[in-house]
Amino acid sequence: MARTAKQAPASSEPPIPNRERPPEPKRYEPSRDELLRFYREMLLIRRFEERAGQLYGLGLIGGFCHLYIGQEAVAVGLQSAMTVAKDSVITGYRDHGHMLAYGIDPKVIMAELTGRAAGISKGKGGSMHMFSVEHGFYGGHGIVGAQVPLGTGLAFKHKYSGDGGVCLSYFGDGAANQGQVYEAFNMARLWNLPVIYAIENNKYAMGTSVERSHSEPLLYRRGESFRIPGIQVDGMDVLAVRGAAEVALDWTRSGKGPIIIEFLTYRYRGHSMSDPARYRSREEVQGYREGRDPIEHAARDLEALGVGADELKAIDKEIKDIVVQAAKFAEDAPEPPSPSSAPTCWSGATDGDRIEDAGAVADHGGRHAGQVAGQGRRRGEVGRRARRDRDRQGDDGVRGGRRGQDRQDPGRGRH
Amino acid sequence: MEFEAVDEGKIAKILVAEGTDGVKVGQPIALLAADGEQVSDGGATASAEASPQAEEPTPTPSDQKTELTAIETADAQREPETGTAQLAGAATQASDPDVPEGTALISTTVREALRDAMAEEMRRDERVFVIGEEVAEYQGAYKVTQGLLDAFGPARVVDTPITEYGFAGLGTGAAMGGLRPIVEFMTFNFAMQAIDHIINSAAKTNYMSGGQMRCPIVFRGPNGAASRVGAQHSQNYAPWYASVPGLVVIAPYSAADAKGLLKAAIRSEDPVVFLENELLYGQSFEVPQIDDYLLPIGKARVVWPGRDVTLVSYSIGVGVALEAAQQLAGEGIEAEVIDLRTLRPLDTATVLESLKRTNRMVVVEEGWPTCSISSEIIAVAMTEGFDDLDAPVLRVTDADVPLPYAANLEKLALIKAGDVVSAARAVCYR
Repeated sequence: MARTAKQAPASSEPPIPNRERPPEPKRYEPSRDELLRFYREMLLIRRFEERAGQLYGLGLIGGFCHLYIGQEAVAVGLQSAMTVAKDSVITGYRDHGHMLAYGIDPKVIMAELTGRAAGISKGKGGSMHMFSVEHGFYGGHGIVGAQVPLGTGLAFKHKYSGDGGVCLSYFGDGAANQGQVYEAFNMARLWNLPVIYAIENNKYAMGTSVERSHSEPLLYRRGESFRIPGIQVDGMDVLAVRGAAEVALDWTRSGKGPIIIEFLTYRYRGHSMSDPARYRSREEVQGYREGRDPIEHAARDLEALGVGADELKAIDKEIKDIVVQAAKFAEDAPEPPSPSSAPTCWSGATDGDRIEDAGAVADHGGRHAGQVAGQGRRRGEVGRRARRDRDRQGDDGVRGGRRGQDRQDPGRGRH
Repeated sequence: MEFEAVDEGKIAKILVAEGTDGVKVGQPIALLAADGEQVSDGGATASAEASPQAEEPTPTPSDQKTELTAIETADAQREPETGTAQLAGAATQASDPDVPEGTALISTTVREALRDAMAEEMRRDERVFVIGEEVAEYQGAYKVTQGLLDAFGPARVVDTPITEYGFAGLGTGAAMGGLRPIVEFMTFNFAMQAIDHIINSAAKTNYMSGGQMRCPIVFRGPNGAASRVGAQHSQNYAPWYASVPGLVVIAPYSAADAKGLLKAAIRSEDPVVFLENELLYGQSFEVPQIDDYLLPIGKARVVWPGRDVTLVSYSIGVGVALEAAQQLAGEGIEAEVIDLRTLRPLDTATVLESLKRTNRMVVVEEGWPTCSISSEIIAVAMTEGFDDLDAPVLRVTDADVPLPYAANLEKLALIKAGDVVSAARAVCYR
């Protein structure tokens, strides 16, 4: 019997029906407290990112900065279903939201953005390179798609050690065209590794729309050749996301291997701070902001559960205070000490030379002080000079395309 | 006796008696005659020496083992061609300071030493596992992982699809999660597909996480020229990796160093690129019989003491340098040979100390000259040993071309002891 055209396609529609498929996810039914928590977390991400954008404009945050505004429901809906430290999370460069959703302190994230010693990576990582092994958050990776095999490796570790954990590996619609993603898919299914591939489809890979770059724009189907089932979910509804997370976790925890969830989501801001987003219409953005906003959506659901406006206002105030404190902390914290003094620990095996505070394990002791200090200085000088040149020239288009456009950065090129 | 490939024909002469033990891979065992062909007693032996491929088993196209057979057979042919391998087994080594007097020495191939190192570390630490193409059921494309599957099972000796970028990333992720993967590349030429994970994901993690996240992984496999495998399978990547902060790069020559340094690499908290050499796999060296033979990373070794000129090398180049040192000794020039062993961090102290005594230096490198390890050694000698130099430092490297296939051209492109001898004479002004 043929499907009628009117019938909405099931999101986990089985093109090959004789394989086991995950059940159709249901919208999660939260308790009042749970939904309040989701609301708080989404609002924290929103306000945090807005503040990060402001600090960027003030020149306190440099380089690349990719904001998560608009996509909050994905991180919160998914990660609220996971167990911090037991389950691992890994993502790409748009990572602030994923960190906040795993309960990592906004202060140390913001201080990393401002490049301070108190930052989570001691100021050495920046926006795209943040990690919290303690939480099971493994970055923060700047190379598009790299986190997919890496996350598959974390899943390998969960299975190898039998720790019962699952890895959540995020990537975007752009990364979905990288070859390494499919290399990882193949091994993940071959070995039935417990990994959830969460595709955050925000419609644009930097400035290139899905329609312009994907021969198969239904990204949840991208695992079919590997026998990885896929589900497509509304990524603007935190309860729909959470419902899908339940299905995905059941699937992976029961040893059935990887699963793909495609979240249809939207970023309100440009790809990075330098992106004026001229590739999409104002109406399109407004349509999402006004009609689909995940935080507004949750607020309406809360209202239906009997949460009053006063209670929401109190939460807004509380979140605002947290973000203000984080920003203040990030502005006041000192920069990392320059490595002018001889490093205290040079592990022969580590190149820990530049990580004087890393507590590098000295398996093979030794010192290499002179050379190390010199290198540290040289690096610093080069960095400063490069920055100066950039400021003068503005767009120096490193590799065209993705990076080239990043250079049109009001905060960096000043034009 | 085990055949890796079968050829059609009539046995005309048996060269190795039935029941013989320890027949080397690639050694002719019998002569086959085609229809109507006569093989005389005397002629057979002569032709076996002149053209070994006459008896070489013909690779069966459908059999994956053919690559190994062909390469290993070629390995045997290579010796008279380039001379790189000749000295390896016979080289007299200065006593290693890390070995106590009176330690028993066991003759071991580099291949076995590497395998033993992995097996010992896998027994010691459950987090250690081996992953790569053909490492398990096939027993290793070059048989380096032979026996590991039987000893440790498929959960710890993991065959992968042909997917270098993927499994290098997977291994790196597993290391970030706390395991200790040994990722085998069938050759480092294929690691080019995975170099993003080696550098961007593995090498930079410790630093850019502020020391919070380590990546204890070993990427290992053969590197450099093999024999007659052409341009895309013959490249030395040592300078590439040695330029990357956050990586440890090791390129041993002898079996003892291969064992002691691979064990240390597996225990390292940091990512290690461990560059082996296919032509050395089958060569035997004395390995000290010590429980847990562990060598320090980042220490070069004087393998041949001398006072007139220092020859600095690593990996297979050490064999060439040793051969040159022997020739030079015949001319009254006492060369000192240093095996760098670790390329990052570089043991500049040992190099400079030797330079202080000899005042002359030649760097020997089986690889291209531009932006190479020899470039680095020369820079170190100039910036830190300038006052000790009585002559410019010279280098002997491969020709600056993609490695040609033709036997004569390949020979011309690779380093030879004769060139080292000439360079040593030149810096000694003789």
